[in-house]
Amino acid sequence: MGGEGARITSLGLEGITKRFPGVLACDGVSLDVGEGEVLALVGENGAGKTTLMNILMGLYRPDEGRILLNGVEQRFRSPSDAFAAGIGMVHQHFMLVPNLTVTENVALGMRSAHRGLRLDMKAVRRRIAEVSERHGLPVQAEAYVWQLSVGEQQRVELVKTLCLGARFLILDEPTSALTPQETDELIALLKHMTRELSVIFISHKLHEVKALSDTVTILRQGRVVFRGRTADHSPADLAALMTGHEVVLPCNACADECGKPLLVARDLKVRGDRGHLALDGLELELRSGEILGLAGVSGNGQRELAEAINGLRRIESGSIELAGEAIANLGPEEVIAKGMGYIPEDRNTEGIVPSFSIKENLVLKDFGTPAFSRASFLRLGAIDGNAEALKERFDIRCPSTKTAAGSLSGGNIQKVILARELARGPKALVAVYPTRGLDMGAEEYIHNQLLARRCEGVGILLISEELEEIMNLSDRIAVIYKGRVLAVIPGKDATKARLGMLMAGVVDE
Amino acid sequence: MDLLATLQNILSIGVPFSVALLIAGLGEMFNQRAGVFNLGCEGIMAMGAFLAFLPPFFLKAGPWAAYGNLLGLAAAMGAGALLGLLFALVTVSFKAPQGIAGIGLQMLGWGAAGTLFRHFVGGVTGIEGIPTLPIPGLSKLPFLGPVLFNHSVIAYLAFLLVPASWWLLFKTPWGLKVRAVGTYPRAADTLGIDVRRIRYQALALGGAMAGLAGAYLSLCQAKMFADDMIAGRGFIAVALVYFGRWHPAGILFGALLFSLAQAFQLAVQVLGIKFPYEFAVMLPYVLVIVVLSLARKSRMLGPSALGKPFDREMRI
Amino acid sequence: MNKATKTAYGAVVVVLAALVAVAVSSLVLVAIGANPLATFKVILTEPLKDLFGITEILVRSVPLILVALGIAISFRSGILNIGAEGQIQLGIISATLVALFLPDLPKALLLPLALVAGALGGALWGGIAGALKARLGVNEILSTVMLNYIAAQLYSFLLRGPLLDPAEITMGSGTPQSMRFPKAAWLDRIIPGTRLHWGLAVALALAFLVWLLLWRTTIGFKMRAAGAEAKAARYAGVKVERYLLVAMLFAGGFAGLAGAIEATGVHRRAIEGISSGYGFSGIVVALFGGLHPAGIVPAAAFFGLLLLGADMTQRAVGVPANMVLVLQGSIILAIVSARMLANNPYLQDRVGRRLERLLRPRRRATEADLAPEAAASDAAPANSATSATPAPASAAAPAETSDAERGS
Repeated sequence: MGGEGARITSLGLEGITKRFPGVLACDGVSLDVGEGEVLALVGENGAGKTTLMNILMGLYRPDEGRILLNGVEQRFRSPSDAFAAGIGMVHQHFMLVPNLTVTENVALGMRSAHRGLRLDMKAVRRRIAEVSERHGLPVQAEAYVWQLSVGEQQRVELVKTLCLGARFLILDEPTSALTPQETDELIALLKHMTRELSVIFISHKLHEVKALSDTVTILRQGRVVFRGRTADHSPADLAALMTGHEVVLPCNACADECGKPLLVARDLKVRGDRGHLALDGLELELRSGEILGLAGVSGNGQRELAEAINGLRRIESGSIELAGEAIANLGPEEVIAKGMGYIPEDRNTEGIVPSFSIKENLVLKDFGTPAFSRASFLRLGAIDGNAEALKERFDIRCPSTKTAAGSLSGGNIQKVILARELARGPKALVAVYPTRGLDMGAEEYIHNQLLARRCEGVGILLISEELEEIMNLSDRIAVIYKGRVLAVIPGKDATKARLGMLMAGVVDE
Repeated sequence: MDLLATLQNILSIGVPFSVALLIAGLGEMFNQRAGVFNLGCEGIMAMGAFLAFLPPFFLKAGPWAAYGNLLGLAAAMGAGALLGLLFALVTVSFKAPQGIAGIGLQMLGWGAAGTLFRHFVGGVTGIEGIPTLPIPGLSKLPFLGPVLFNHSVIAYLAFLLVPASWWLLFKTPWGLKVRAVGTYPRAADTLGIDVRRIRYQALALGGAMAGLAGAYLSLCQAKMFADDMIAGRGFIAVALVYFGRWHPAGILFGALLFSLAQAFQLAVQVLGIKFPYEFAVMLPYVLVIVVLSLARKSRMLGPSALGKPFDREMRI
Repeated sequence: MNKATKTAYGAVVVVLAALVAVAVSSLVLVAIGANPLATFKVILTEPLKDLFGITEILVRSVPLILVALGIAISFRSGILNIGAEGQIQLGIISATLVALFLPDLPKALLLPLALVAGALGGALWGGIAGALKARLGVNEILSTVMLNYIAAQLYSFLLRGPLLDPAEITMGSGTPQSMRFPKAAWLDRIIPGTRLHWGLAVALALAFLVWLLLWRTTIGFKMRAAGAEAKAARYAGVKVERYLLVAMLFAGGFAGLAGAIEATGVHRRAIEGISSGYGFSGIVVALFGGLHPAGIVPAAAFFGLLLLGADMTQRAVGVPANMVLVLQGSIILAIVSARMLANNPYLQDRVGRRLERLLRPRRRATEADLAPEAAASDAAPANSATSATPAPASAAAPAETSDAERGS
């Protein structure tokens, strides 16, 4: 590692193509970044942004194309080569080993501290101190990473990348897990840092792109569809370019007729995986025929709440009622039988059995009912018929309903889950991050489905990190912070700023 | 007085019993810390025990007799490392499920050792093996002498391996990489660490140590070879790693616990308290099940990617 | 892929794995100075030379089918049962107890009772591991292996103590074996003069029932869901822990039944070494048969041949019978590797693209002239992501060319 090595005056990608089985992730992509410049790389989920950057970091080998640094072609065989050239990346999912300390995490990549069998921890500590001083990024060097909050981990990631000598920084959706306020702080910090660094900033949040970047390149389905100066274009223009067509995500415009309380949680206490109280006296009331949005920074008890409601996590104390019946600490099969629908967070391991066919996944909860089995024997004809009907009704794009569900795209997997849950005619539905990682077409479809069910009288608890999604769809918005609901506000009164304050735990009176 | 003598007796039998478990357990710890669960340990130990036995058996009376043991140790560790690499090929490169592949390796090692033994040796034959090396002075200490300082040189080495493994795992760049690769391989990968290479290295090291553990059994403990002589010690070593929470000190504690229980049972029999021999032999296996049932499940400081193959291109 | 090609593809994988396993075993054969070709010829042809050999193959395939069926159920349910060996022994013990302590019952009652007792004994032994896994998360591989050692000692103790044939004490050689079963507990022979018994019919009938269970009933659906993705199954309301236990009860029951049938059909008493490794061979049979009854039955016949053939190698070519363990171990390693390689979508993709290129050789040739560097990269190993060399910029192909062609 060259410490403060040579300057990077220009970085270029030329004609990069990369394919994965069945997907052309990048298709002849070229881009250029000059010294001290901030390039925003914009695109929907699945547009190929992350793949492109992983190629730049030497993690993936491109099928075609080349990387030019100061005009000279580079071949990065591993991220070490990219670091040596002065390029560093902060990944969207933090790349920190949880059971190592901050210092150890930095030492892991700092080749200069590896002296044969000796690990020069002093040098690592010195380097961390130097970098955090210089960029105003305080970190607790001796803490284990698992002890740190999301914001702190974000700082550690930046410090780590800078310690490894990055003069050219790639940031992949750095704000996705932050509150609006934390996001503002990060953007201020990055603006400061761009005085000495060049940056590629990946995002699909256009106001952040406007705030931070000099130039913008838009990817759609693996191709560059636009490049230009950020200042010359409005967020609306960029949005249209990003999706390829005018997408107006549906909004909740139904008249608000308050139904009866449907799903009621009182003084709920639930422990998380690490044994702490993840829900600490949570109160929640979902009425029939409404969408209740649950906003909050992830890790404040959302997952535990969804699991507790669905019988997947033990409740220490408190009560949950569905339509007047107690469901606290019932098994998942009993909660399902009482009319609860659930779109879980991780669709590939919680929502479907990936190696099962689509038709099997569509009856995953109902194969035991008389409709699909008789005297413990499966009624294969009925299962086939059900699959064909739901495939039509929910527009599931698949070669056949015998196809393994795991081989579908994310949007179609989500449609399979949605079809299964909605076809059961649930009283209430818990939807956790239902559109995470989907393109806007699929997002629009899922939003429309949720709104349609709301109008039919289903109560929907929508858990999401995307404020836009919550604000568009919700009748009321509850903000969760450290295992409690801090406030519930009507959807039409909600502003980003107000929600942001609440998400950070600030209650304004 | 009698009690003290009995205790000394139990300890001085038990301590050498623990050596094979300890070495194999420490080797398996490196495998698991790197994220690979090698149940083939048992088979590697069988090969190690046989290959260590073979050179002293052949060179018994010849002019090279002096080198027999050394050659045997080298063969055992070399073959162990090779079998570890074979397991790496199957589980790391081909990404086969580790549990069942381990059983395959166990059969392969066990069967190959048995086949070769029947062909080259035939029946039970003793060898001189590696003699005990009483440490001058220290071995004459009352009580502690026979318990701690009257063993073969490999036993001393095994106990030195405990701090050495700790140092290697927690204080060196390689150990840091091993821990990272076993917990969050993707993160290690983004830092330019070759996950596959580290896992291959850890499996080779673990295999060599399992080979050495087998060699200890044939050269030092039994001074002979029989194809069922490992008798589940490889599997017990794997269990010890869980029990010891992936830490050398924990593994040492577990190995001593097991071997002392075994020595205790022998001592009880010597005292003339009769119970069927078979039940005595069962004891360590029952103990493994009990110990595994009691082990706490928290994985916070353990290798959380244990058992999961790594594929860079499989997207999250 | 449609069902037919998928099956063909699976068969090719199995055959390739077998070839690799043969190659690995040949290394050991060469090491002991044996001729691999001659050895495999003995193993594969010697048993088939007469009717007796063929019946003996079938005799061996009965326990193999039963054990493998149980293992297929457990593997499909996500629990790796390595404990069939011990479960077989428990099955023999239970069947022996029934046969020897109720000798006056009529055959119509005693024989079924002995077989059921055998199944229950095995189920109990398997159930211990299942319960430990479901309740306490104890690794089932380790617990079943330990239970094997425990069962072996228990079996040995009973045969030398409480169950030892009194005749052996008074006048016999002291062979550890039980008394001969009463005739009412004998499973009849299909062909008199051979050892082939009606257990074969039982095994075949159960193979069909296992297929029904796994693919046609709700219990099978739950077990397969739990095995394929435990988390999703739990989220869908399947009590995963319960089905782990159920699967282990089935697996143990099948192994126990195998033991009981072996005792009542072949030996008519409990003897030492009766299971002779069927518990481990059963794992190989189950994997070799693709964890499906329709594959397990032929695989069991094939392994019956291997086991019998291996017994003959010592006499014919001087190769110890342990050799069969080497072969089985390498088959497991080869087959699990081959399955993962075959199911790897990246590899499928790469192979598919290469095949497509082979089908259009002429255009390829001209492209190769233009881009020699790219052509060279095709020759690199398929399993390595490092093989793709960045092609020259000119290779940024026009939009019309298909994805497959741009693979260079």
